[in-house]
Amino acid sequence: MPKDISVSELKKKAKELRLNIVKTANFAGSGHLGGSLSCADVLAALYFKYLNVDPRDPDKFDRDRFILSKGHCALAYVPCLAMAGFVPMDSLEHFNHYESPYGMHPDSKKVRGCDASTGSLGHGLPMGVGMALGLRYQGNLTSKVVVLMGDGEQDEGSVWEGAMSAHHFKLKNVIAIVDRNKMMIDGRTEDVMSIEPIDKKYEAFGFEVIVCNGNDMAEVDAALAKAWANDTDKPVCIIANTEKGYGVKRFQGNVKWHYGAMNSDLFKEAVADIEAMD
Amino acid sequence: MAEGTTWTTYDANKMTSKEIYGKVLAELGETNDKIVGVTADLAKSTNIGNFGDKFPDRLFNVGIAEQNLFGVAAGLAKTGLIPFASTFAIFACLRGGEQVRTDIAYQNLPVKIIATHGGLSFGPAGTTHHCTEDYAIMRAIANMTVVIPADGFETAKAVRACIDVPGPFYMRVGRGFEPPLHDDENFEFVIGKAMKLHEGSDLTIITCGTPTLQALEAAKDLEAEGISVRVINMHTLKPIDRDAIMEAVVDTRRILTVEEHNIIGGLGDAVAAVIAESGKGCAFTKLGIPDEYGVIGYPEDLYARYKLDATGIQETVKELLGKEIEADEDWTDED
Repeated sequence: MPKDISVSELKKKAKELRLNIVKTANFAGSGHLGGSLSCADVLAALYFKYLNVDPRDPDKFDRDRFILSKGHCALAYVPCLAMAGFVPMDSLEHFNHYESPYGMHPDSKKVRGCDASTGSLGHGLPMGVGMALGLRYQGNLTSKVVVLMGDGEQDEGSVWEGAMSAHHFKLKNVIAIVDRNKMMIDGRTEDVMSIEPIDKKYEAFGFEVIVCNGNDMAEVDAALAKAWANDTDKPVCIIANTEKGYGVKRFQGNVKWHYGAMNSDLFKEAVADIEAMD
Repeated sequence: MAEGTTWTTYDANKMTSKEIYGKVLAELGETNDKIVGVTADLAKSTNIGNFGDKFPDRLFNVGIAEQNLFGVAAGLAKTGLIPFASTFAIFACLRGGEQVRTDIAYQNLPVKIIATHGGLSFGPAGTTHHCTEDYAIMRAIANMTVVIPADGFETAKAVRACIDVPGPFYMRVGRGFEPPLHDDENFEFVIGKAMKLHEGSDLTIITCGTPTLQALEAAKDLEAEGISVRVINMHTLKPIDRDAIMEAVVDTRRILTVEEHNIIGGLGDAVAAVIAESGKGCAFTKLGIPDEYGVIGYPEDLYARYKLDATGIQETVKELLGKEIEADEDWTDED
């Protein structure tokens, strides 16, 4: 059952997460700022309202599963796990450093609360399908398996192998989320390799599709509520329309900030922008 | 076959290794409900279908999608299950290879990859379906255990033994009706421990998989000619049995490796590395498939072409016996 927490409280969590993202990038020296900031609202809503996970017992069998298929956004994921109590907040200071448990891409053997090692794109949905099958076979019909993907990631053929099987096996507890920030390393998705109409593609693959503004917490909350209440026998796909770098003006909609390093002035500017958010 | 009998009474002359795999897995499923199966439209061809016939809710066929196959297997293992994932060897190590490495091995998950149609066993299918690269690929993947059984009896024992291997496991079997190496099931099979099949003092053949029987027959024929050849069945390629290799080096000073694999990166190279690191020199030859793609043909014709049959192995043994080695008989000062 989702927790009883208001949209305005979730917005505060998303804002705090954005601050932790830029702070962690500063500790790390650089990071995937654009895609981490774009998915911060979705992550905050998942970890502070929807996911049934417990930092005191991160491996409990009846938990919901979460796979960060866009693994390069560990820069958002690990700070989110820290805020949720899975890892110590001060451990973020070692992000990317020698022998740190945290690098650019999350390692499930090292990051407490992380359900899957990711980084190579297109791997999350197949693993999520396996988890959902495994849960069902063992009698768990209630836990959700949430897979957060990038939009550039949709180019990977294995995404569609996974999608086809999620539908075939009637995995109604699978929730695929596409962080539709419309950019990838080499440019805009529609210039590099067009993915539209992405909603129709998931519909055609047998998903119940929900489209929302992924940077508007009220819409994110409503979309996840609908996904959680899914009473069809289909898997769910949420297309979260977001803006890359959302929250920091200089990064927003700027393909150059897929990945980068901030100097101290820019860091201060980023913090100030986020603090000025609603 | 009588009801209630076990694999040990199967007529190994009439069953392929993969058929035995399917039957043993179905048996194991009865007592271990953590075992599930995954395949990619090759349930019948890989014989994992036997398991599915018995436990329809425990075999997941993902269609012709090998990346998904291994991703799904990883996800199943993440929920505490022991998935057996079966497809042809070439698709296991290359089409789904990154999922094997990143989803399964990197996360050290107990997925058992049973790869059939290995080597040249699917000869007439041509190069797309040959697999002479899997030893090199799989042994370079950290956490992976790599086993190549020589016949159906070993396959059955390996399938049982791999349940206790805590991490990922890769096993290659063939396709055809390769004759059995063993007469019965009365032998010890321990993962990581090589098997001495024939004693000898002039030279040692270290082999695995289908050529093992050929090597043994070669050694028996050579014995009649007064040539004493030891045969070691290195069924576990990784972790390799270093003691068995070094014992053979010290005892026989001449080593021939025989494998159904590209000459690069497989058993021969693994053995060579052990010898080189020991500092003890010996005469050494690798027999395998040259660095080229196999031609089309029935497996037995291809084995003859690449000297992986008893005749070819005997010829190679004689060549190696003629090789000069440095006459330093005293290794005691090198320890």
